[in-house]
Amino acid sequence: MAEAGATPASASPIVRLEGVSKRFGELAVLRDFALQVAPRERIAVIGPSGSGKSTILRILMTLEHVQAGLVEVDGEVLWDLRPGHAARRPDRERLRSVRGKVGMVFQHFNLFPHMTVMDNLTVAQRQVLATPREAAEARAVELLQRVGLEDKAASRPAQLSGGQKQRVAIARALALSPKIMLFDEVTSALDPELVGEVLAVLRDLARAGETTMILVTHQMNFAREVADRVVFMDEGRVVEDGEPEQILREPRQERTRAFLRAVLEA
Amino acid sequence: MIDWGYVAAILPELVRALGVTVQATLLGMVLALVLGLLWAVLQRSTSRVAAGAARGIVEFVRSTPILVQLYFLFYVMPDLGLTLSPLATGILALGLHYSAYTAEIYRAGIEGVPRGQWEAALALNLGRLDTFRFVILPQAIPPVVPALGNRFIALFKDTPLLSAITVLELLQTAKILGSESFRYFEPLTLVGLFFLALSLLAAWAVQRLETRLVPHG
Amino acid sequence: MDLPRPFDLLPLLLDGLATTLVLTLAAAALAAVAALAAGLGRVSRRAWIRAPVRVYVEVFRGTSALVQLFWFYFALPLAGIEIGARTAAILVLGLNTGAYGSEVVRGALRAVPRGQWDASVALNLTRAQALRFVILPQALVAMLPPAGNLLVELLKNTALVSLVTVSDLAFQGQVLRSATLRSGEIFGLTLVLYFAVAAVLTWSLRLLERRVARGRDLGGLRL
Repeated sequence: MAEAGATPASASPIVRLEGVSKRFGELAVLRDFALQVAPRERIAVIGPSGSGKSTILRILMTLEHVQAGLVEVDGEVLWDLRPGHAARRPDRERLRSVRGKVGMVFQHFNLFPHMTVMDNLTVAQRQVLATPREAAEARAVELLQRVGLEDKAASRPAQLSGGQKQRVAIARALALSPKIMLFDEVTSALDPELVGEVLAVLRDLARAGETTMILVTHQMNFAREVADRVVFMDEGRVVEDGEPEQILREPRQERTRAFLRAVLEA
Repeated sequence: MIDWGYVAAILPELVRALGVTVQATLLGMVLALVLGLLWAVLQRSTSRVAAGAARGIVEFVRSTPILVQLYFLFYVMPDLGLTLSPLATGILALGLHYSAYTAEIYRAGIEGVPRGQWEAALALNLGRLDTFRFVILPQAIPPVVPALGNRFIALFKDTPLLSAITVLELLQTAKILGSESFRYFEPLTLVGLFFLALSLLAAWAVQRLETRLVPHG
Repeated sequence: MDLPRPFDLLPLLLDGLATTLVLTLAAAALAAVAALAAGLGRVSRRAWIRAPVRVYVEVFRGTSALVQLFWFYFALPLAGIEIGARTAAILVLGLNTGAYGSEVVRGALRAVPRGQWDASVALNLTRAQALRFVILPQALVAMLPPAGNLLVELLKNTALVSLVTVSDLAFQGQVLRSATLRSGEIFGLTLVLYFAVAAVLTWSLRLLERRVARGRDLGGLRL
């Protein structure tokens, strides 16, 4: 079983997954998966493709259903399909409540191509939070400054580079001030020379330390630098879970070692 | 309300009219298939005049109402010495109008055949017509059969237009029955149901055909 | 002023053309509303919306437009519903074209990449908000080319109303023919007029397409 890493003493976990199983048709993607994340913790999830890493994020973002187990976000139960417990599935209210607390940045950006950068950042503030236009735009400008793109407010996504698009996507997610931010391989689709600018933003976010962050990533050095904990997954389960130095330098499990060898040789 | 006795009485005559409708549909479609192929091949002719003319005819026929084309043929042909029965004229009009659609469908199919096939045929010194016949069309047509099938259904649904030139197909018969008995509801509804049932059946058949003929990558 | 043949036929024909245009535009407006409503209805998550919409689409697509016209014009009055010929025409043509249009809308909605829905969920937009601000604006681009085709089909279908006594272009053509027997000139000219209108409609829609797609990376729209 996985061991918990160094967790800030006070908190009850902000994310709790226990015995979670998920299938896509015939394909089992998560098997008896368990994970706890403390508030404001920064977790890096690594593992081979197909190990179910992205699925975890998508479940937390309410984009996927589960077939078994417990999924709890900030004290709110999304799914409780544990044997011996009353079955609970999310109703619309619960979904919206959880979505208000979780933000996600996608591998392929998913910016709204028919809107300017400014509109991308303000549409949710105005529609979901009912923030008036000036306030929403002010916050958008603030965030654009934070990610270094304040001069792009009037541009459209098509006019931006991949790195710029991803930084806008991060700003868009932050605009709603979620408690938990999920990053799904956010640099994997970028040309190598553009990766750095995105990692800089993530680093900055991690340093500010206000948001719980769960990052699925292949960037091992970055994980070591920024994460409180690294979780290695394979075949739908947690294989090893511990401090970055320990996992990445002296992994205890053979599978972890094999994976790291393969990745670092690439 | 609905007079079921009346329904039973008119049913035989409507079934007879259905025969005319089916005849017009089948013959019209045959004409459309053959003529459309001609336009499609002509459009790829090396003679710019022929290609341009074919494209122009197809575009013009596709963009104008079949009813007016029908009138044109029905009223103008006798002036040119050609007298055909209303049914024959109707079939001609249907075939001509729908040949413009089938031409486009064939065109899409032909353009879907990889360029290399043309080059291989050329390397084997096959003439244009032989290339079409043995190499291109056998590959171009199967994938577009479902689209042709849908056009067939559309043609079927256009046969009531022939009532405008007195052909005794389903709609015309319904109108006559209605005017004789002053009860229009039953005949028209029956005709509507006939069309609905047959076109749903045909649509289902085309879908089955599609899963068998169209390669799904 | 006496116009040379065949242009002396024009005044009466243009009268009919005006009616044709009015019918086309009115029916197009109805069709757009019906197509949007039905297209969205087809993808609704509530079965009690999906089912009747499906019936509407299948019935109007599966039966002949002319039969529908006759039914509305002749059969409905017997059920106590009286509507004028023109109204029946606009209603039938609009609903008929709308049924085909709903398939276009449905296809266009499916063409919007899944990631856009994901991003909308991630930003906690409701389904309605997602449709309104994110999905439909993008689907619109995919809808325009087939919509252009449907518009021309609608124009051609308006000729059918001449058979239920509405005095459109085709009707005027018949009137002229029975008066003058100059069939070749009359129907030839009529065909040319229809062709001209069809060309204008197609060209206008292509302009609209270009404007809507301007400055946009279609971002992976699966066309």
